[in-house]
Amino acid sequence: MFTDALAMIETAARFVPPGDVARDPPVPFEVLGDHLASQPRGARLAVSKLSMRFGETPVLDGIDLDIAPGSFVAIVGKSGCGKSTLLRLILGLETPTSGRIDLPAGAAARFVFQEPRLLPWAKVVDNVAVGLGRTGSRAARRGEAARALADVGLDGRGDAWPSVLSGGQKQRVALARALVSRPRLLALDEPLGALDALTRISMQGLVERVWRDQRFTALLVTHDVSEAIALADRVILIDGGRIALDIDVDLPRPRRRGTPAFAALEKRVLDALFGGFEGGDAI
Amino acid sequence: MTRARGLIGWILPAALVLGWEALSRLGVIPANILPAPTAVAAALWRVAVSGELARNMGVSAWRAGIGFLIGGAIGFAFGLANGLSRFSEEFTDTTLQMVRNVPHLALIPLVILWFGIGEQAKLFLVALGVFFPIYINTLHGIRSVDPQLVEMGKTYGMNGAELFGRVILPGALPSIFVGLRFGLGIMWLTLIVAETISASSGIGYMAMQAREFMMTDVVVLSILIYALLGKLADTVARVLERRTLAWNPAFEGV
Repeated sequence: MFTDALAMIETAARFVPPGDVARDPPVPFEVLGDHLASQPRGARLAVSKLSMRFGETPVLDGIDLDIAPGSFVAIVGKSGCGKSTLLRLILGLETPTSGRIDLPAGAAARFVFQEPRLLPWAKVVDNVAVGLGRTGSRAARRGEAARALADVGLDGRGDAWPSVLSGGQKQRVALARALVSRPRLLALDEPLGALDALTRISMQGLVERVWRDQRFTALLVTHDVSEAIALADRVILIDGGRIALDIDVDLPRPRRRGTPAFAALEKRVLDALFGGFEGGDAI
Repeated sequence: MTRARGLIGWILPAALVLGWEALSRLGVIPANILPAPTAVAAALWRVAVSGELARNMGVSAWRAGIGFLIGGAIGFAFGLANGLSRFSEEFTDTTLQMVRNVPHLALIPLVILWFGIGEQAKLFLVALGVFFPIYINTLHGIRSVDPQLVEMGKTYGMNGAELFGRVILPGALPSIFVGLRFGLGIMWLTLIVAETISASSGIGYMAMQAREFMMTDVVVLSILIYALLGKLADTVARVLERRTLAWNPAFEGV
């Protein structure tokens, strides 16, 4: 297992996305004060003719995508449509069969998994500090981590063991771990899928708030169409390994579910998902 | 509350000792079959004063400790190597499994031929006995580390050594402790057998010598000392386990 692990680390290290820094335009951002202005903003992401097959089975078939810096993009689709694979390819967790992915060098992309994946033997604050790697002193890292915990509403819980936290709190710690290094691209792979409905809604609010504060580029994979429309600027539907629908969501934030505009967009995506039939039949 | 709980466990042994003493006094148990607890205590005093006890206990503890360290270190090293590298496992595991299926105490005649009744014989047997539980549980511990955590570590830029120190080893630790405690049990068992069969010092030798002179009290004393040392080693392992695995809800507040 370890050799496999090492091999994968090497692949990930070799797989430097052929980032073309010159093509990376100056990133627009609102002036949020001097201390924030110096922070890196969202990264631009371009994917061209990306294909992936596992053995004989094609999972992704020629995906082209251009994602604006700082935008929030949701990727939806049925289970097994390849949406998670797309995210893993973009983050370099897997190597594509063909095609290219352009991310600016040093974009510091971070990944939030469906499970919190916290180290059970490390205190909450040390789990968050994992996101900082080996930069600076341990005390400085813990200080940064404590601030990131406060950002996700877990101020003062740094000294707890992960095992005493609820599912929603664990996922907040995972989010803080991803955000503590101020990434320019944040990929979220159904991070709220395992949470109960109420926790889910408050977590959606939290994700939206940190994204508005930090203006990273967000890529959210979800099977929940309403979640996608509540959060994203743009919703991309993947079906059969291709992009089946790509729409912009122009609703004002914070968004309210149940408004006619929201419902119309939701219906449009669901219709595309189920080929025009009523959703119930296709399930 | 915890103090009272701790005491509950000692009620039964105390009652047994009292009953044993009473039956011996009444002559129900003949002294040459099983001496009274007071007679065993007197024997303890005798061998302690003569210095015999300290010398033999020191020798036994030394054999146990060194044998355990050698066997445990080799077992741990093989467990790590085979847990982390497919090649190493394919290369050595078949051999190790074949050797494991030979009861190590069956090697006693051969070991006596090789080493005589010297120290090497005892160390060899203890090390061999301790090797397998540590090896198997270290290997199992490393294999059962959550692959999702390993993937998380990689996405957060952990390299080989850091990944091992922060994810793989802590994840394998509960299983390694199980191996440690099994190993400690086998350590005493092997030592008792080896010292009883062939030795010129140690607790086992003290017991065999006492048998020749029909000193049942010293024989019983030796057995009790083994029980006590075994319990002591187990307690040390448990304390270590509890301190290292404080994060684990299974050990919380135990």
